[in-house]
Amino acid sequence: MSQQQSNEKSAASLRMVDAVTAVIIFVIGAVVIWDSYRLGSKWGSDGPESGYFPFYIGAILCAASVINFVNALREKSVADGGESFVSRGSFRMVMSVMVPTVIYVVAIGGIGAIPGIGIYVASAIFIAVFMLWLGKYGWGKTVSVSFAVPIVFFLMFEIWFKVPLPKGPLEAMLGLN
Amino acid sequence: MHKTQKSFTSKFGRNILSAAVGAVVAFGTGFAAVGSAWEPTKSVEFVVPAGTGGGADQMARFIQGVVTKHNLMKQSLIVVNKSGGAGAEGFLDVKGAAKDPHKIIITLSNLFTTPLATGIPFNWKDLTPVQMLALDQFVLWVNADTPYKTAKEYTTAVKAAGPNKFKMGGTGSKQEDQIITVAIEKLTGDKFIYIPYKGGGEVAVQLVGKHVDSTVNNPIEAVEQWRAGKLRALCVFDDKVMPYKAKVTATLSWSDIPPCKTQGMDVDYQMLRGIFMPGGVTKEQVAFYIELFKKIQATPDWKEFMEKGAFDSTTLTGDEFVKWLTKEEQRHQSLMSEAGFLAKK
Amino acid sequence: MEEINSLMHGFAVALTPMNLGLMMVGIILGVLIGVLPGLGGANGVAILLPLTFAMGNTPAGQVSAIILLSCIYWGALFGGAITSILFNIPGEPWSVATTFDGYPMAQQGKAGEALTAAFTSSFVGAFIAVLMITFLAPLVAKFALRFGPPEFFAVYLLTFCSFVGMTKSPPMKTVAAMMLGFALAAVGLDTVTGQLRLTFGFTELLKGFDFLIAVIGLFGIGEILLTIEEGLDFKGMTGKMKMKVVLETWKELPKYWKTSLRSSVIGCWMGITPGGATPASFMGYGVAKKFSPTGANFGKGEIEGVIAPETAAHAAGTSALLPMLTLGIPGSPTAAVLLGGLLVWGLQPGPMLFEEKKDFVWGLIASMYLGNIAGLIVVLTTVPFFAAILRIPFSIIAPVILVICAIGAFTVHSSMFDVWLMVVFGVIGYVFKKLDYPLAPLVLALVLGDRAEDAFRQSMLASQGTVTIFFSNPLVGSITTLALLMLFWAPLSSVIKRVRR
Repeated sequence: MSQQQSNEKSAASLRMVDAVTAVIIFVIGAVVIWDSYRLGSKWGSDGPESGYFPFYIGAILCAASVINFVNALREKSVADGGESFVSRGSFRMVMSVMVPTVIYVVAIGGIGAIPGIGIYVASAIFIAVFMLWLGKYGWGKTVSVSFAVPIVFFLMFEIWFKVPLPKGPLEAMLGLN
Repeated sequence: MHKTQKSFTSKFGRNILSAAVGAVVAFGTGFAAVGSAWEPTKSVEFVVPAGTGGGADQMARFIQGVVTKHNLMKQSLIVVNKSGGAGAEGFLDVKGAAKDPHKIIITLSNLFTTPLATGIPFNWKDLTPVQMLALDQFVLWVNADTPYKTAKEYTTAVKAAGPNKFKMGGTGSKQEDQIITVAIEKLTGDKFIYIPYKGGGEVAVQLVGKHVDSTVNNPIEAVEQWRAGKLRALCVFDDKVMPYKAKVTATLSWSDIPPCKTQGMDVDYQMLRGIFMPGGVTKEQVAFYIELFKKIQATPDWKEFMEKGAFDSTTLTGDEFVKWLTKEEQRHQSLMSEAGFLAKK
Repeated sequence: MEEINSLMHGFAVALTPMNLGLMMVGIILGVLIGVLPGLGGANGVAILLPLTFAMGNTPAGQVSAIILLSCIYWGALFGGAITSILFNIPGEPWSVATTFDGYPMAQQGKAGEALTAAFTSSFVGAFIAVLMITFLAPLVAKFALRFGPPEFFAVYLLTFCSFVGMTKSPPMKTVAAMMLGFALAAVGLDTVTGQLRLTFGFTELLKGFDFLIAVIGLFGIGEILLTIEEGLDFKGMTGKMKMKVVLETWKELPKYWKTSLRSSVIGCWMGITPGGATPASFMGYGVAKKFSPTGANFGKGEIEGVIAPETAAHAAGTSALLPMLTLGIPGSPTAAVLLGGLLVWGLQPGPMLFEEKKDFVWGLIASMYLGNIAGLIVVLTTVPFFAAILRIPFSIIAPVILVICAIGAFTVHSSMFDVWLMVVFGVIGYVFKKLDYPLAPLVLALVLGDRAEDAFRQSMLASQGTVTIFFSNPLVGSITTLALLMLFWAPLSSVIKRVRR
């Protein structure tokens, strides 16, 4: 798990991420318990009520998270030679995928009142960016792949299988929706 | 091999062509005078607010088949199942698609029951009613190995056994099957254990396997088990006998099943199989679908389907349909509040 | 024997050039549908159903139509394994368990072997299931009728118990992951009371968390994030790409006949009852791990870990058609859509079908043999092609996989919300993997949690709150006992070993 190179600083310690995760799971457990309580979490006359199982699921989640939290705190911090969750370099790499992916999903469906550009155009741009920026491919290869993939999917989904996927202004202009 | 490949490619080609034509037409109508009848310009999504294989799904896919087979529509009809939250997913989807004429939905009783039972923000008035296609009947079934020959004998046995001894199987909770069960209980004073399952076909099989004592399955869900002599039909929850006289089993036809009313069980309940569009669509757009369904109902396939499922083939459109819906909504409201099925506020 | 005669007649019905052609078309389409996550066998059959309406007018046409559709189904069953092995993305729910060992094998450059093993075991599973349908159909249909809620719960319990002790993660993290899966499964409408649970007024949550979306995110996206961490310089994943790899793998496979047989039995049973292919694949994997001498290596790229779930899944998927034909209940969503098709062609599935439409039934059964043989040939020839995909550099294949994941997540419910959910699950998958939270229990709980709960509560309604219902007859009693045995397998087996010494 430790791909951390000595010359790369840690972006986050394993200990911290582990503890934070345990806290988040605890909160989820608490929310589950709260809603189960509202639904009725007892064993009624004819078997368990709606919230019976979720209640215990939530309770076990909370209990397990407390133990996980304590265990996490017992780990060493990075300064004391503990493990790193992710090094800065790796984190940058992960972000270089995550950020375009998030932008990609926004582009497909839009956000709030802003309409998206549809999955096909977004995919073409996404693949092109990836290839140009991260893969350092030339324009020729990039354009051919980034055009071919969405077109193949378009033919397959819209025309052959008749499964409508999100489309944007370009498709509307071409009369393809 | 050769033949099919050809048919695939020709279909493919036609679609491109029709897309291109569609584009030209769409461009053209922008300038053309209004007045010509509306027609879909792209494929129409047919939402089913229930799972695959259920009664509504069967009907929707059947309609899709009839449309394709008889070439009743230039664009294609695509069935999409949105069954989440007892159909709430589908209703909210169509509600959210206001003014979109390329979306229709087939409904069952969950049009009324789901919003009442769960409190989701939806009412049938959020949609544009197009047409009532048919009403689905409910029949009281028992396993053929049991000694009960009539509904009266059965309810007597239930009474004699005392409360919470006989098991009634049904589809879903706080939906049509349970509403009927509660109505029976109110009338006869019996008390069943109601066991909810996910689908109607499953319920019928549970009855064959004797895991429950009776069901109120729709005819189409139980007809095969009936024909095979595994189930016995006791009565139909309608005030008159069903009109289908052709023999279904060796000796009986649908019309031989007595109405429950004559069996001392005055429960009358049918389920809507209707078509709705999103809110805010134009009259011309609604007219197109009414015309389409008129053509569908004229096909021999449809008549055969109605008979096989012993549907009440009453159809209503326009104001009459709205009137019917309003009445039915009030009825569900009172049935469900009596049964204590309304969502807690 | 009467069955043999009927089957021969069936072959005569099914073996026309037209039908053979349809078989190939169906298989190829099915594989394509199986490969694309989100577009499941049920969708595939539903989408192509209208094409068959014109065919269904004549009895011969009905046979052709069902051959086309059922071959799409076989193809989808075969195809689900491909992305599981290559990219850790299960194309279908029942191929999740295939990722556990299939993906590590591919990473070790053994993609060809893994694919061959997956396809071949799929075929074996299906073949055994078809044999059962041919000779035992009436008997088996009666067995299926004995399954009520308590029996179903016992089966789900058995699936969970066969999975206990699977992971080497910290025990409390395993518990947390599993409970998280249960909690996610509880979101949405509660079948038994019709109440909404854990939705907090969000309409997006009404439909609950779809298993496929979670899996595409956790496994697919999570894996890409883990891979990218190590940088973009492509570590050449060279796999053997010749057809020779198929033959070499075949030489290995007979060694695992016990696993195949066990998984086939599990699969047939789960298909008939109908528990479905997904629980079958998990149970097949779990049981194989318990019984295999190399069980400890499962999860690190053991070929047996591919054989077990694939055999079980395909056996279940195939035998799921039996209750559809004989009882009119579909054993899987795909079978449900096929059922709709039968109705439109004017055939009523159910107990009378075997009596009244002999040509159709036996033609279909014959096509199951032929379709699976055709399917095996088709998919095996694609092994070198698919293995070669792994040679495509990461910076091209990664965005394409992400696009496929997004399309897959969207198509499940045609909802943009699900695409976002997939991204969130991707992050969860990445973090969990690094923190050593196991994903398998989470996924298992998510897929079976609500079904198990429904079955449990239906049983409780029936028995008015008495738990002894799970021992109330020999059938349910023995399944429950088996489940408890599985649960305490580890301590039990160590006791047995000690006694033997």
